[in-house]
Amino acid sequence: MAGVRTSREKWGNRIAIATVFVALIIMLTPIYWITATAFKPRNLATTIPPTVVFTPEVSPFVKLFTKRSQLRDQPTQKEYDAAPWWEQMVFDGGEKVVRNRKTGEVRPSGYADRFKNSLIIAITSTLLAVSMGTLTAYGFSRFKVRGEDDWMFFILSTRMLPPVVVAIPMFLMYRVVGLNDTHLGLIILYTAFNLSFAVWIMKGFIDEIPKEYEEAALVDGYTRMQAFFKVVLPEALTGMAATAVFCFITAWNEYAFALIMTTRKAQTSPPFIPSQIGSGLPDWTVIAAGTFLFLIPVAVFTFLLRNHLLRGMSFGAIRK
Amino acid sequence: MADIALQGISKKFGPNTAMRNVDIDVKDGEFFVLLGQTGAGKTTTLRIIAGLEKPDAGTVMIEGQDATAWNAAERDVALVLQQYSLYPRLTVRGNLEFPLKSRTHNLTADEIKERVERAAETLQITPLLDRKVEKLSGGEMQRVSIGRAIVRKPRVFLMDEPLSALDANLRDVLRVELKKLHQELGATFVFVTHDQVEAMSMGDKIGVLDRGKLLQVGTPNDIYAKPINTFVARSVGTPPMNLIDGMIKAGTAVLDVGGHALPLANPVGSDGQKIRFGIRPEDVVIAADAPAEAKVFDIENHGVIKILTLDLGGVHVHATVSAQMKISIDDTVRFGWKPEKVLYFDPANGRNLALT
Repeated sequence: MAGVRTSREKWGNRIAIATVFVALIIMLTPIYWITATAFKPRNLATTIPPTVVFTPEVSPFVKLFTKRSQLRDQPTQKEYDAAPWWEQMVFDGGEKVVRNRKTGEVRPSGYADRFKNSLIIAITSTLLAVSMGTLTAYGFSRFKVRGEDDWMFFILSTRMLPPVVVAIPMFLMYRVVGLNDTHLGLIILYTAFNLSFAVWIMKGFIDEIPKEYEEAALVDGYTRMQAFFKVVLPEALTGMAATAVFCFITAWNEYAFALIMTTRKAQTSPPFIPSQIGSGLPDWTVIAAGTFLFLIPVAVFTFLLRNHLLRGMSFGAIRK
Repeated sequence: MADIALQGISKKFGPNTAMRNVDIDVKDGEFFVLLGQTGAGKTTTLRIIAGLEKPDAGTVMIEGQDATAWNAAERDVALVLQQYSLYPRLTVRGNLEFPLKSRTHNLTADEIKERVERAAETLQITPLLDRKVEKLSGGEMQRVSIGRAIVRKPRVFLMDEPLSALDANLRDVLRVELKKLHQELGATFVFVTHDQVEAMSMGDKIGVLDRGKLLQVGTPNDIYAKPINTFVARSVGTPPMNLIDGMIKAGTAVLDVGGHALPLANPVGSDGQKIRFGIRPEDVVIAADAPAEAKVFDIENHGVIKILTLDLGGVHVHATVSAQMKISIDDTVRFGWKPEKVLYFDPANGRNLALT
């Protein structure tokens, strides 16, 4: 009955749309809140009722990237006029930018470095987990492995314990081998977390790829490796993209281990942002600004892979 | 171009035996058909020839050399599968080029182009060359698969039920084309099928497989006229050969049901011996003066012929008669057989008594 809809179907449809709409509002509110707060002047961030209409400003971002201290005395008019626009904003907030005494250079807050650490660690561990996971899954999928089911269960079982349980022993082990506060340390950890997940997801995808494709390539004179790269990999890309998004989000968001294992050099954004609460009244606008920037890479990454992700989520259901 | 020999090949998959001590000899330029039901071991046989499976025991000889340890690439064979053998991401041209681009071939871009175009011409798929594989119909896909095999100029073509996923009309067309291709190329073909019509119409030689055992190898005529046992007898011909139990008595066949006595030309076996008589439906004669009587149970009109199912006290016997014959269900008819066409099988093990 294409085109003809009963009123019951119509109402069912409307209710479904309304439900989705409500769910969407509930889910998007925190994101709106963070975004709004990131552009608010400090005195409007915590008003009750919340301020909805305000003139957005970038002072939270200026503060996020600089080291500041409380103003003891108001700056003189001359000092104020001599300062660049972004420094004036900090003055307006009752703080001043800390500068190097000799060179006069602005001291950075360290957020940029943390952000860079986050990117390095999350991207590297994602690449490692996805590539290792794909190869492992291919092996399990295509070759007879003695005790295959037991191995797969073992791989899965590494996810059964909440990772934090092993935080203290890991910390002690890392201290002995000198992996504390290093990029490599966190990369290894996150890769290990994500690997079991990657193996399981990728096994599902690779099982779906008919092995006839590779066999045809083998008969055509290609080696097993060439067949894997030329035939299997292009077919598995969708699955790899979906897996990569999940792995990236996990690594990007990880908080507990980052807090314990890193202090300065390799610290990622998640433990750094709350450390900005510091002493005295927390400056929520700065925290919101940090969080806002922190959301962007995941959003971009997911957006870029959205087509693969959509196909990936359906787990090959679209494939004939 | 090459001859292939399998010697004493056995293969097990876990508890399942796929092949039991199989010997096959395929001559250079021969169109060899492996006929068998699902699970008979046809595909395994093909995969062992291709080098995709290793046999548990036995030797694979290609051109007289022991090729058992060679991998798929070294054997230089081409494989056409029922489906899935084309890469969905590539165009037809991409698929045809793919085998030529492997390092073992070492061809220049011009040579590749020329070979692809010649193959496309042979198979009449030139207009499809730049089409995406996903957009092709089943028959076109299978043509491209065959094209992928012929661009390589392999020693042997292996085909695993390449036609069974296609609809009936297309199957007929491609069957003829494949046969023609075989003649043009003069190459060795090993063709696997469960379809006896394909086997009979295409094969120079047919090998009948049953549960991992090669029962008989012979020309289609041999297989049809001189089957080694009842299994082979019933695996070719539609409707299948009638098997009727009875006994030889004074040079005639006395059937267990009804006690009809039918003439025999040159009986195999002694008087009083229990025999399973085999007679093809086209050799059953319906005539007013025939020796036995039966009721017509069913009639299938095929246009040129009618297939009658006769009921002999619970045993059904098929007979092919002219479509012009006026007959209806539940009529009583008299029937007999052509005595010289009767085959004699041992009721205990099904073996053809004339061949043992």
